[in-house]
Amino acid sequence: MRRADYVIKRAFFALVTIFVAITLNFFLFRVLPGSAVTALPRTASMGPAVKHALTVEFGLDQPKWQQYLIYLRELVHGNMGLSYVNQQPVSHLLLTDLKNTIPMVTVGTLLSIVVGVFTGVLAAWRRGSIADHISTNTAVFTYAFPTQWLGLMLLILLSRHLPTNGMTWPDAGSFYTENFWQHLGDVGEHMVMPALTLLLTAYGSYTLIVRTSVLETLGEDYVLTARAKGLPVRRIVWRHAVRNALLPMVTLIALDFGYIVGGALLVEVIFSWPGIGLAMENAVLQRDYPMLQGGFLILTVSVILLNFASDLIYFRLDPRISE
Amino acid sequence: MTALMQEPGAGIEPVAATSNRGGFFLTLLKDRKSAAFGLALILFFVLLAVVAPLISPYSPTAESCGTGPSAVFAPISVHHWLGCDDGGIDMLSELMQGGRISLIVGFAATLVAMVLGGGVGILSGYFGGWADVTLMRITDYLLVIPDLVFAMVIADIWGPSLLHVILVIGILEWTSTARVIRAQVMSVKQRVYIKRTSALGAGHTRIITRHILPQVGPLLIANTVLTIAIAIYLETALAFLNLEDPTVTTWGTILEHAFNRGAVSSGAWWAIVPDGICIALVCVGCFLLGQAIEDALNPRLKIAHLSLTRWKIRTLAGREADAI
Repeated sequence: MRRADYVIKRAFFALVTIFVAITLNFFLFRVLPGSAVTALPRTASMGPAVKHALTVEFGLDQPKWQQYLIYLRELVHGNMGLSYVNQQPVSHLLLTDLKNTIPMVTVGTLLSIVVGVFTGVLAAWRRGSIADHISTNTAVFTYAFPTQWLGLMLLILLSRHLPTNGMTWPDAGSFYTENFWQHLGDVGEHMVMPALTLLLTAYGSYTLIVRTSVLETLGEDYVLTARAKGLPVRRIVWRHAVRNALLPMVTLIALDFGYIVGGALLVEVIFSWPGIGLAMENAVLQRDYPMLQGGFLILTVSVILLNFASDLIYFRLDPRISE
Repeated sequence: MTALMQEPGAGIEPVAATSNRGGFFLTLLKDRKSAAFGLALILFFVLLAVVAPLISPYSPTAESCGTGPSAVFAPISVHHWLGCDDGGIDMLSELMQGGRISLIVGFAATLVAMVLGGGVGILSGYFGGWADVTLMRITDYLLVIPDLVFAMVIADIWGPSLLHVILVIGILEWTSTARVIRAQVMSVKQRVYIKRTSALGAGHTRIITRHILPQVGPLLIANTVLTIAIAIYLETALAFLNLEDPTVTTWGTILEHAFNRGAVSSGAWWAIVPDGICIALVCVGCFLLGQAIEDALNPRLKIAHLSLTRWKIRTLAGREADAI
């Protein structure tokens, strides 16, 4: 019963948070002074016909609370409005972008977790050694450098060897048709630098957390027991200490999603990765409010859902938390 | 997950001696090398920012490298120690000026965040009840929303200006401070001398300002130091996304200019590298000092939760240890 209670409680929190995010989104863009609607005339690409159509569609001539209801209704139907720049549906554009963002962020995050765990375990295992100092100090410093600076450094160091912008070579589609594997190789090649930047941005905090957390478990009684049983050190570290130390890691990664999303946004801008972050930056430059609003909503909802997912994972790993 | 972070600062022991808080910080600096080193880094950059107009070799806006093609990303020379940027402006002078503004943004935004976070934390922890529930709900929701994305949207709607950037960062970064302070206030409130003071007829204002505030002071300072790093970091990110006032020079806009005006393709590393190093040194200084204060406040805390990310983390083991 308690288990179900916990899941329901977390699901309810996620739902309410999504609702808050939607409301906030409406409030920011429609209610605050200088919001998107009053900015309509500033957008050069808008013809009067489009403006009129938008005004009617979103009920911009109606009172705010009615606009809010219309906004909710349209959102339920997946309508986030039209981009001011090319008059395409925002939801459609952003879903395409999201499909490009997800692989890059996934690869970057997984890499940073792997590197973070290995350097962290190494540092804890060989505590006080040179290996410990190197990995801890590197972690602190990579964490302190801004993401965009790390990206620029990679650009300077690697731009002769690797593609520096976009997701595929521009002529890939037009001059020859790629098969699946060629396409994969193409995207993979372009993904190296963005994923590497994300790795450098994120792994430092994982290293430090894993280090302290493994140090803590290494002092536990069951590790002593394992030693007394004569198990090899390697086995004690990985099977006994690390496994238990990874629990706080789940918490950290979950809480880090917001940070990773921010990092991914900067990475996409640097390497012109055609994802949702680049779309939002272009929306800022072109004063394309519906795109900005849609991007904000999608990213926020993604983070909330990921948090909910990690709540469930944590619950599965450690049922104690429901008590 | 959020269940775990309910009371992030719950185990933090109030400082024993309130009478000599200056003594607390002096001992801290003497005992912990990292604290002294961190403080030295921060003070160095603050000092540099203050005296920048006096010692800066050129004006941060004048085209001191000359005009014409040879001035564009002119390399490092005897006259220009860090070379020139794309407009023929001396990088060293620009870096000093950028540091001034970046530190102002960092400190001002942190001030806003600390007033909000400290205020919310104290109100929430001291009065409890519905005020606590409402404020902590708001904090919960704000914590989940990715802050760079949120900041980007607000900064874009308000329009680019230095003041807006400060306000945006300030109203985004108070949440974690509020949680930590709240937990601390709740534990201080239970102490006998507070009850005694209250029985003697002291009002809420007096109890808060004379008895609670001094107890949460060091923790608030630790948070302040760590928030400065985050604020500077967020400022550079916003500037990089073209949301900073285009007429000011900050460490963030220097990176943005280098990126958008071809420093990479010109191989002008001097327009990029020193800037990042300055930002990283200030941030490392803040991490070291903040973490040292936190360690000193609560030596039992195994995982330093303040300095790693702005999210507060406590392990299950840590919670159990504290519960005993």
